[in-house]
Amino acid sequence: MTPSPLLEISDLTVRYGAGNATPAVNNVSLSLAAGETVGLVGESGSGKSTVARAVLGLMPFEGTITYQGENLAEVTPTRMRAIRSDLQMIFQDPYATLDPRMTVGRQIAEPMLVHKIVPRSGAAARVGELLEQVGLSAEMAGRYPHEFSGGQRQRIAIARALGVSPSLIVCDEPTSALDVSVQAQVLELLQELQRTQGIAYLFIAHNLGVVRAMSHRVAVMYLGEIVEYGTSDEVFSNPQHPYTRALIEAVLEPDPASRHRPLSIDPDLTSPINVMRSRA
Amino acid sequence: MSDQPLLEIRDLSVRFSASAPPAVRGVSIRVEAGTRVGIIGESGSGKSVTAMSVLRLNDERIAHYGEESSITLDGRELLKAPLSAIQGVRGAQASMIFQDPMSVLNPVFRVGHQVRDVLVAHRPELRKTAKALVIESLDAVGIRNPAAVYRQYPHELSGGMRQRIMIAMAIASSPRLLIADEATSALDVTVQAAVLETIGALADDRGMAVLMITHDMGVVARFCDYVYVMYHGEVVESGAAADILTSPQHDYTKKLLASVPRLHGDQPRTA
Repeated sequence: MTPSPLLEISDLTVRYGAGNATPAVNNVSLSLAAGETVGLVGESGSGKSTVARAVLGLMPFEGTITYQGENLAEVTPTRMRAIRSDLQMIFQDPYATLDPRMTVGRQIAEPMLVHKIVPRSGAAARVGELLEQVGLSAEMAGRYPHEFSGGQRQRIAIARALGVSPSLIVCDEPTSALDVSVQAQVLELLQELQRTQGIAYLFIAHNLGVVRAMSHRVAVMYLGEIVEYGTSDEVFSNPQHPYTRALIEAVLEPDPASRHRPLSIDPDLTSPINVMRSRA
Repeated sequence: MSDQPLLEIRDLSVRFSASAPPAVRGVSIRVEAGTRVGIIGESGSGKSVTAMSVLRLNDERIAHYGEESSITLDGRELLKAPLSAIQGVRGAQASMIFQDPMSVLNPVFRVGHQVRDVLVAHRPELRKTAKALVIESLDAVGIRNPAAVYRQYPHELSGGMRQRIMIAMAIASSPRLLIADEATSALDVTVQAAVLETIGALADDRGMAVLMITHDMGVVARFCDYVYVMYHGEVVESGAAADILTSPQHDYTKKLLASVPRLHGDQPRTA
């Protein structure tokens, strides 16, 4: 691990709407080293995806986000475009990020051509390599997105992200729409890519089991704030914050003993709007 | 009559096209009165088609049931009955709830009126007292301040509350069987646990049986007494939920259980 982190977020605040709108993300700080996975876990409305959008430069924010020592709020648009090739993303629904009328080969090649990473003549060969790296075959490059299953489409989205050799991939619920057996394969692929290529992940998910399996460190978000931050083992084996404990208790595990575990949280209080109303 | 189950699905086969393989093949499932039975499987396993067959909700212009197939509810054959007769079963003796309540609720009507309409459709004699009964049932499904929620529109409610409204509609005329098709899959974990608890409490209070269709072994563990595992249109294994979870026999069930990333117990990060 390098002494200076790959990504450093400090005092990040993001508001949807101007002025004194309730922040969706409030004073969030976390850091990510090269080759590391930090999990960001929380329920709907906790602000985890908003953190991802800010990191990717898709949302205006207050606070500072530093990527490899550069303050993202201050870099020029040209520089930001260069940083983007190092900072990739995959989302929950790969079908929404793939163009239905373009072959997957062209779509995997496009970011490499935009960032001038391969010459046009070498693109096809590189696409073939990438498809094989994610467990598909090179001949599939000529097919269209609808010809693939959900898990295969997510592999295509991963291949496209890999093409520009990123140091960090922001994964926002990358396996939430997949069947469990397919999810297990995609998670395994992401871990293997980390081992072989040293890619860091900011890994966002609502499924605590998935986050535990993937993450070195974990931040638990609740109502826009990080309420607990520590190594995966610390957070899941010895949770300190009452919300983390409630979240862990609520997880339904395939274990007959879970039948009678009691609940200790009021689910209506996990939305900032409800909390504001109840305070009013 | 006493040893006859509430719901008996026998040798169910469903085919959507003469050239394609059947979506469901030779499925037999029993649900005794007042029990909680699960059907677990992944996408395309046939679990929803099986559930939809009970209330004849598959598109019958293209869905064809096998000659030998039979579904009986309280001893009454449903598969060969005319659709007009099924209309009297739907909502009255057996109800169904789905994953997405917004596809069930009408966005332009107050939720209380929508629940009331269901109640009055089945029990016209209750028209005068319907509002009070609906408010009572909103309270029973765990909605706080039911009188105010009665007047709200679907978009004003959270996902968990909409799911509770749909449950209130489903149980308005006290069915003996509730079919829940991935009813808690879109909810946050804390909300999911609370909604499952509500369904369980209602079932226990009213002696209502629940057929829970899910992809989630955690839901089976938390909710079901008995479970059927479906794969490629067939039931590959069935048994008491605790037995299936602790000692699965079929390879597919074993693989399914092994795929679930665990939170508790020893399964640290593998990389």
